[in-house]
Amino acid sequence: MSHVVSPIRQKWITNTETYGQITADVCRPIESKPSLPWLFWTAVSGLVMLMGFSLIAWTMWKGIGVWGVNWTVGWAFDITNFVFWVGIGHAGTLISAVLLLFRQPWRNSINRASEAMTIFAVLCAALFPLLHMGRLWLGLWFLPLPNTRGSLWVNFNSPLLWDVFAISTYLTVSLVFWYLGMIPDLATIRDRMARAGKKISAKIYGVLAFGWEGSTRTWSRFEIISLILSGLATPLVLSVHSIVSMDFATSVIPGWHTTIFPPYFVAGAIFSGFGMVQTLMIVTRKIYKLENYITMDHMESIAKIVIATGSLVGLAYTTEFFVAWYSGSIWERYAFINRAFGPYWWSYWAMFTCNVVTPQLFWFRKIRTNMVLTFIISLFINVGMWFERFVIIVTSLHRDFLPSSWAMYTPTYVEAGIFIGTFGMFMFFFFLFSKYLPVINMFEVKTLLHHPKKPSHIEEREGLKINA
Amino acid sequence: MNRNFLLGKFWNPDHVLEALEHLQDKGVKVYDVYAPFPIHGIEPLLDIKRTRLTVAAFIYGAFGLTLALTMMSLIYGVVWPVNIGGKPYIPWIAFTPITFETTVLFAAHGMVLTFFIIGPYWPGKKEVLMDDRQTDDVFVIAIDKKKISDMDGVKKTLSEAGAFEITEKEA
Repeated sequence: MSHVVSPIRQKWITNTETYGQITADVCRPIESKPSLPWLFWTAVSGLVMLMGFSLIAWTMWKGIGVWGVNWTVGWAFDITNFVFWVGIGHAGTLISAVLLLFRQPWRNSINRASEAMTIFAVLCAALFPLLHMGRLWLGLWFLPLPNTRGSLWVNFNSPLLWDVFAISTYLTVSLVFWYLGMIPDLATIRDRMARAGKKISAKIYGVLAFGWEGSTRTWSRFEIISLILSGLATPLVLSVHSIVSMDFATSVIPGWHTTIFPPYFVAGAIFSGFGMVQTLMIVTRKIYKLENYITMDHMESIAKIVIATGSLVGLAYTTEFFVAWYSGSIWERYAFINRAFGPYWWSYWAMFTCNVVTPQLFWFRKIRTNMVLTFIISLFINVGMWFERFVIIVTSLHRDFLPSSWAMYTPTYVEAGIFIGTFGMFMFFFFLFSKYLPVINMFEVKTLLHHPKKPSHIEEREGLKINA
Repeated sequence: MNRNFLLGKFWNPDHVLEALEHLQDKGVKVYDVYAPFPIHGIEPLLDIKRTRLTVAAFIYGAFGLTLALTMMSLIYGVVWPVNIGGKPYIPWIAFTPITFETTVLFAAHGMVLTFFIIGPYWPGKKEVLMDDRQTDDVFVIAIDKKKISDMDGVKKTLSEAGAFEITEKEA
C-alpha cells in the first residue's frame, strides 16, 4: 500500500505474499465441486427448514391453538425466538459499520460472513411476529396505507409499529450494505471464471457484478458511500434493538417496565451476535482452510468483545435485581424473586451461567486460543441468550396480577419445530452463501497486504513489453 | 465511440502512485486507473474531486424525515385524530423512532441508488476490461492516446516506474 507501514504493526493476514493468492484462496470453495459433507449438511438443513415451513403451514391452517400459548402467557416461543434472532443479527452490521468507523483492520476478514449472518438471522426473526399474528396475510395492515377499512390507520405511538419500521429498515439497509460491498468481489470471480473458460458461471457472476471494472473514480465514490452507510448503520443497529426492548419496556408489566432495557438489550444483542460469529467462524475457517485470513488474533479479538459484552449483560442482570428492590414496589420485587426462585428457576440460572459465568473463561489466553473450547463456549452463549429472552418474556407473564389466572407455559412440538426450522433455514442459507459467494472480503483483505511479492504470471508476460 | 488507450500495467500499487506522480509532473492527463482495490492517496494524482454523494444522502435523509413527520402529523392531527387519555394529538416524542428509521431508510437507499445511476452500474451491464486480471492482482493506468504529445516519454515513465507491460487497447 501507499503509506508506510511499520514492521512492528500487527499482521492480520499470515503466510500470504501476493494479491493473487488471496483471490485464489477465497475463490477455492466457489471453483471446486461441492464436497460430500457440504452436500449432506446442506440437504439436512434444507430438510429441517422444510419441516419448519410445514409446521408453519399447519399453524396457519389450524390457528395459534396448536401452540402452547394461553391467555396468561400470550407471548412465548414466538417472541422469544424473534428477539433471539434479531439479537444475532446485530453483530454483522456492528462488525462492518462500527469497526469501520473505529478503523479496526481485523474487521476486513470477517465482515462479509457476519453481514450474511445478519441478513439470514433477521429473515428468521421477521417470520415470528408475522406468525404470531396468526393470520399471516394480514401483515399488510402494518403498513400505513390508505385503505378501505374506514380511516383505520396504524398506531404510530405503538412500539410494535416502531418495530415494523426498525426491522424493515435494518433488513433492507443491511442487505444493500452487504451486496454493495460484494460487487467488487463478484467482479473478481466473474473474471476468474472467464479466464478459466467457464462461460455460464462467468455470465451469472457477471450479471451479479453490475459491470464493475474497478475504475478509480468509482472506487473513490465507493469508499465514501461505504463510510456514510456505516455512519447511518451504526445508530440504526443501536436503534433497532432499543426499539425491540421498548416492546417490553413501554408496558406496565413488572419485570418489563424498566428504563435499563434499551442499553441492556443492545449489549445482549452484540453479545449474542458475536457468540454466533464465533460459532460460524471457527467452522468456516477450518472447513475452507482460511486460517491465514481469519487468524488466531481475529478469534482472540472476538473473544475479548464477548468478555466485555458478557460482563455488561451480567451487570444488567444484577442492576435489574437492585432496581426491583430499590423501587419499593412489591409487584416488581416479586417478579424478580419469582424469576430466580419460582417454577422457571432453571431457565434463569441456565441464562445466568451461560451468559455471565462462561464468557469469563475467555480471560485465559489458553482457553480463547483453543478453538474447541471456544466453540463450546460460543454454543453456551447462544443457548444462554435464547434463555435470556425466554426468562424475560415467560417468567414476567406467567404469574400476572391475579393469582387465579396464573399459568404455566409449555411449548408444543409445533412451536419447537418452527424454532428448529428457523435454524435449518439459517444454516441452509449460510451453506449456500459459503459455497457460491466469497466468504471473505477479498478487496478489503488485499489492502492489508503491505509488502506484496511479484506474482509469477508477470514473468511470462514481461516478454510482451513494448519498450520505449 | 471507441477510443485508443495506452495502458501501463503494474503489479504493485506503490509503483502506480510513483508513475502517476511523474505523469502529473509531465502534465500528462490520465484517463483512469483500474485497480482490484482502492489505492489510498490516489485521488489528488488523478484530479478526482470528493464525491457529492454525501450531500445527496443528506437530501434524501431530509426528505425521509419530512415525509415521516408530515404523514404521521397529518394522519393523527387532521385525518383521524384519536383522543388517547387526553394526550396530545401529535406526540412528537412517540414519533421519533419512526422518523429516525425513515430518515435512515431514505438516506441509505437513495445514496446507493444514486451511486449506481451515476456510475452507471446495473445488473448485467457488460464490463469493459483493460486487462482480464484488473479485478484480481493487476493495476492498469489508462491514458487516452489523443492526449499524449510525447509518446516515447510517457512509455519511458511508465516503464521506469515499474510497469511490467505497456500495451494499447481500443475501448
